Amino acid sequence: MTWRGVGVPLIACAIFLAFWEWLVWVNGWPNFKMASPSDLWPAFWRFRDLFFTMGWDTLWRTVVGLLLAVAFGVFLGMIMGLSRVMRDALYPLLVGFNAIPKATVVPIIALMFVGQHDFNTILMAFMISFFPIAVSVSIGLSTLEPEYRDILRSLGASRATIFWKIALPKTLPEFFGALKVSVTLAFIGTNLMEIVSPHGRGLGALFDSGKTNSDYPLMFAVLVALAILGIILYYVVVLLEKIFAGWAERPAS
Amino acid sequence: MGNLIEIKGVRHAYRTASGPLPVLDGLELSVPEGGFVAVVGPSGCGKSTLTRLIAGLMTPDEGEVWLHGARVTSPRATVGMAFQNPVLLEWRTILKNVLLPLEIVPTKLTKKQAEERARHLLNLVGLSGFEDKRPSELSGGMRQRASLCRALIHQPEVLILDEPFGALDAFTREDLWQIMHALKAEEPFTGVLITHDLRESIFLADEVVVLSGRPARTQYVLDVAVKGARDIDHLYTPEAAEMLNVLRHQIAIAQGRELPATTRRAAQ
Repeated sequence: MTWRGVGVPLIACAIFLAFWEWLVWVNGWPNFKMASPSDLWPAFWRFRDLFFTMGWDTLWRTVVGLLLAVAFGVFLGMIMGLSRVMRDALYPLLVGFNAIPKATVVPIIALMFVGQHDFNTILMAFMISFFPIAVSVSIGLSTLEPEYRDILRSLGASRATIFWKIALPKTLPEFFGALKVSVTLAFIGTNLMEIVSPHGRGLGALFDSGKTNSDYPLMFAVLVALAILGIILYYVVVLLEKIFAGWAERPAS
Repeated sequence: MGNLIEIKGVRHAYRTASGPLPVLDGLELSVPEGGFVAVVGPSGCGKSTLTRLIAGLMTPDEGEVWLHGARVTSPRATVGMAFQNPVLLEWRTILKNVLLPLEIVPTKLTKKQAEERARHLLNLVGLSGFEDKRPSELSGGMRQRASLCRALIHQPEVLILDEPFGALDAFTREDLWQIMHALKAEEPFTGVLITHDLRESIFLADEVVVLSGRPARTQYVLDVAVKGARDIDHLYTPEAAEMLNVLRHQIAIAQGRELPATTRRAAQ
């Protein structure tokens, strides 16, 4: 931790916040038009209980959706990575599904399973985030150099052994790369559903109620809370990557 | 049958979109136990197909491959392989990489004995002190040495080398040639070396087999006068120059750039 490593980013943040504060002050914007940084803490403190319960709702639903996306995405990626026929069959479907802007799917799901708010939110987080995982796993498996397979196959290893000993670990760096993208996507999915669903819960719903009242300090406080949650989730993935795929990092030279 | 490897009348064609592509047509090869044969031939003539046949990774359309008196129809644990690409597993240490085959092949060695054997092999190829490093921390030549240790850890009867030194610089290559002889002196394997380097073939092998252009058949067999371990100076003797000359002509014939000697004489 050097002065450059800690001090420079902190000063940059302080300058940014000061500029924001100054902009609101010099224009004389009221609270229903724009919030300034000094409004955020009071807004948070006023609704602190809501922030924690809603934040928890958003967090656990995102994580459950993401876990489902990992399970399904890895399964799909394995099928497509190990069988050419399945890849040819599933890839166009997958690309087509992914091309649909997920915001348009939100009202459909909200209507289809009306009242099932937890289920809807998890489903949305799942649907938006499994694609990168499926694609990266399938590419990782299908681009395995034949020599890797031959080394084990010439010793009489089964397909399953080759998968566990070589194909799976070799795919891990790509998998974690995709998981970093998926974490962010799952978070978007959760919030889309929370904002759109009537009588929703979670930070998205809190944001929506702030919007209804033109309560900019509340809305911005929610954004900061969301950013903090997103950063935490992202770094959990980075930590897992360091543990399970740390070998892929080149030694510093 | 005194030969460890016996290949008789092998024909094989790959099925491609534009019809069958014959790669091997009447291939004969026999290697006595403990022998070392080098196979040379023009690019794309089916040399790698040959290694896959011996390893049992594929079966030929026609003909037979025998290993130690048994017909080869599927992979067997008595084969060790090393390729031009060392294909070490990046997430394992060098020691764990070398030990990999013992996780597949049944072994009588205890975990401790296996590790001792791996360390011994690594020491033979000059990699002691690197056991706990990752492959990405090693140079290309060092990785190839580790790959040789992995190919030998389970004491295979046959060591198949598919251009293992092809991607290395000339000095590293000569180092590894010497290391091959050192390994051969300690480990009783029978070797098949696929190579593009004629000097390498006469320095390492007891016999050099020249394959014709595709579809490949055995075109010429050169008996290398000096057997077993030899000094690098051996490459700079008149005998070596003569052998290289013969091989160069045979390759030219295989590539279709030159007529066979008999035909040439008849034409004069």
